[in-house]
Amino acid sequence: MTDEEAKKAILDTLGGKSGAKTKFYLKDFYKIVPDMKPRDVKNLVNKMVGEGLLEYWSSGSTTLIGLKGAGKQHREED
Amino acid sequence: MGKHKTPMLDELEKGPWPSFVSDIKQQAEKGKQALKDAPDDLLGVMELSYKDKVTHWKHGGIVGVFGYGGGVIGRYCDQPEKFPGVAHFHTMRVNQPASKFYSTKFLRDLCNLWERYGSGLTNMHGSTGDIIFLGTTTDNLERVFYDMTHELNQDLGGSGSNLRTPSCCVGLARCEWACYDTEEACHELTMEYQDELHRPAFPYKFKFKFDGCPNGCVAAIARADMSVIGTWKDDIRIDQAAVKAYVGGEIKPNGGAHAGKDWGKFDIVEEVVRLCPTGCMSWDGSTLKINNRECTRCMHCLNVMPRALRPGTETGASILFGAKAPILEGAQLSTLTIPFIRMEPPFEELKELVNKVWDWWMEEGKNRERLGELIQRESFQKFLEIMELSPDPRMVSEPRSNPYIFWKEEEVEGGWTRDIKDFRAKHQR
Repeated sequence: MTDEEAKKAILDTLGGKSGAKTKFYLKDFYKIVPDMKPRDVKNLVNKMVGEGLLEYWSSGSTTLIGLKGAGKQHREED
Repeated sequence: MGKHKTPMLDELEKGPWPSFVSDIKQQAEKGKQALKDAPDDLLGVMELSYKDKVTHWKHGGIVGVFGYGGGVIGRYCDQPEKFPGVAHFHTMRVNQPASKFYSTKFLRDLCNLWERYGSGLTNMHGSTGDIIFLGTTTDNLERVFYDMTHELNQDLGGSGSNLRTPSCCVGLARCEWACYDTEEACHELTMEYQDELHRPAFPYKFKFKFDGCPNGCVAAIARADMSVIGTWKDDIRIDQAAVKAYVGGEIKPNGGAHAGKDWGKFDIVEEVVRLCPTGCMSWDGSTLKINNRECTRCMHCLNVMPRALRPGTETGASILFGAKAPILEGAQLSTLTIPFIRMEPPFEELKELVNKVWDWWMEEGKNRERLGELIQRESFQKFLEIMELSPDPRMVSEPRSNPYIFWKEEEVEGGWTRDIKDFRAKHQR
């Protein structure tokens, strides 16, 4: 799977999720692109954050990842 | 008189000890900070929390600086109309210098930077060791980051599911007990793992801590997923003349630390020999003997008589894995895994261990599961397989309470199959 294919799979999966869940653990991304190594997934996610496609959410102790702009808190923080 | 009435917080100023309430009031009066109302409103919201007995902070957020996935923690107040000065009150974690050595100029520069863009309030230091900048707004984050990295040559620390800012004791810089250069090791690993420090890579937090000796001044054994603790391989060095000087009262025990009260004459048998946890010391009235094979590095005798007893000269470190503060099943100390390793730059052996552990934990660790919890869940035996190590009695803290090492069939000559007739011929029912 190329990086572009992996990106598309991630965006399609996250965009297609219904319900209230908008933030995901890094491990959830491993399942979306099972052929990629964990470190490569981490690097891809970081790249997608840099490109403005995804964003990190941090509680201070744990980091979650979601589509940029998705979720309730984003609107509150603007 | 501040902006808000704070009768309960004022009580905290009445004791003989320094008060954080006084510090915050001092910053409010000084008034040089960019977020003018932040110190006053911080006191206000804290007083309200004391009254309501609930927090008024909302947890977490999406804030950060470009390219980083850690070091900034979003904090928002749930009473923004009452306390606009702390409506947005984000925390920044700044990587502290190794062993927390500062010049006064650098401390002033840090404070000036934070007054320029934030509340002026700091926490020196957070539990992990970082310099904590308390309270700023989203639009100031990049400005702080730019000036901090360009003018002060300082970087953000770790937060979230990242490698956390590594920390070390004062080490060889000032301590005669340090068995390796903790600052060198801390700096080397900080630089090596910049990516893991700044970009979330793990199921949860991961901490390195470097103690120069088993006194453990950064409490690596209690708080680090990977604890590096200085030790020695050879014998404790004994200066018998100095031992006699302690016994004769010419040298005060514990470096004179208990000199404020008359505790009576120093008794080497009661205060040192009989307190040795493994009973490996003896005193015949003129000579102190130590059976070094039995020594577990408790450091008590060295601490009491530092001029008579010193660590050996063949020094390095023990590596332990898996400590965590109480979260799910109570506090857990890290487990001895590598009894002795040489600690010389560039610490390649240490890095090999780190990479093995991380590959396993990133693959197998559950969300929010620390390494120690994964070892508990999957067994220490599995952990040793991953680390490519053989079981060693030194890994067991006490007989028959730690998990057994279970043999696998391929490790046993002849496997599990046996001839029952042959067995019964030798063993009756």
